[in-house]
Amino acid sequence: MVTPIEYSKEQIWEFLSEIPDPEIPVITIEELGVLRNVDIIDNRVIVTITPTYTGCPAMKMFEDDIIKTLHQKGIKNIEINMVFSPAWTTDWMSEEAREKLRKFGISPPIKGTADKGVLFANGPKNVPCPNCGSTNTNLKSQFGSTACKALYTCNDCLEPFDYFKCI
Amino acid sequence: MTKEEALFNYCLRLGDSSLILGQRMSEWCSNGPIIEEDIALTNIALDLIGQARTMLTYAGQLEGKGRTEDDFAYKRNEREFYNTLLSERPNGHFGDTTIRNFLHSAYYYHLFKVLSNSKDEMIAAHSVKSLKEVTYHLRHSAEWVVRLGDGTEESHQKVQKSFNDLWEYTGDLFEMNKVDELLIKEGIAVDLNDVKKEWLKTINEVLDRATLSKPEDAYMHSGRLNAIHSEYLGHLLAEMQFLPRAYPDAKW
Ligand SMILES: [Zn+2]
Repeated sequence: MVTPIEYSKEQIWEFLSEIPDPEIPVITIEELGVLRNVDIIDNRVIVTITPTYTGCPAMKMFEDDIIKTLHQKGIKNIEINMVFSPAWTTDWMSEEAREKLRKFGISPPIKGTADKGVLFANGPKNVPCPNCGSTNTNLKSQFGSTACKALYTCNDCLEPFDYFKCI
Repeated sequence: MTKEEALFNYCLRLGDSSLILGQRMSEWCSNGPIIEEDIALTNIALDLIGQARTMLTYAGQLEGKGRTEDDFAYKRNEREFYNTLLSERPNGHFGDTTIRNFLHSAYYYHLFKVLSNSKDEMIAAHSVKSLKEVTYHLRHSAEWVVRLGDGTEESHQKVQKSFNDLWEYTGDLFEMNKVDELLIKEGIAVDLNDVKKEWLKTINEVLDRATLSKPEDAYMHSGRLNAIHSEYLGHLLAEMQFLPRAYPDAKW
């Protein structure tokens, strides 16, 4: 006996859009651009997501959280569909989400800096410090606390901070 | 050989090279020379293992025998791995690792750039995605090549030696066989001779900046295409595969 799904695609999207990123809980998987699509086919909910980085360890948590959220709504017949194209880019992040990142202490990705010069590009200049707003900052390492962040330090308030790098 | 068989093998090559290099990089975890580099090297490991997962999962789908990414990673023997000989070279000192990563990242960068237009949708999507990550890996290693090459007399000498030692494993990166021939005709794979031209440009550009000299082309090892490896792969697999082989029912 199959229970019919009593929600619309739009309602399910609403439920899922509230799931926070496990590492940066101020932004949701919708704002991050990981949640791509929701479909209902033959009484089955198909949730399409895309990874930020191929090795992002949070992806498994995204999947678990999606399943848990739907279970709580009584939806049992779920399929997670992972797509790789179009490739995830930080350009999908809304202004609102960027502002939330900044308030959380992570300098948001600077738009359009993703594909500039491969070698010796040294990361974007003038990345604003999320603590004091100064742009007198410098890159310490291309790789920060997670794959999606670079490590900067502020020359004015002397605090280190994460920069959500562009890809 | 059918197109599917060739594509299966091609995916193993890509997946295995990422997996083995990723495993090597993960050996740096907690052993980096400074904390920033410890984090950088293991971040790169994570990207590479992510890339391997995509390709090995796809290989399993192509094969149609129900093998998963874990089956490929943990239940194959040395002579069933198609990774580049360069990827299995031991880490050595930080300079050795830097040069190996630089040579391999430059290879992946130019390979994924052209494979982004592959007629196989999955290979194309994987390449577009991986290229973004590899761009950071290449930038990171190239900066270190310059810093070490154009650094102190000792660091210069050390990385010049790393270059000379690793050079003989770079020929293997560009070898091709019937798999390539068939897939190039289908518009899926690319001619590695073209990739090599671009790769050499990058190598030369960075070597110049680093005041290092390119080793003479002499003897080149080969093996990747026939799953023939140096003595190092077996040891690497022994460590990587120990747990799932000793405890086949383990879940995590
Ligand atoms: Zn500051």
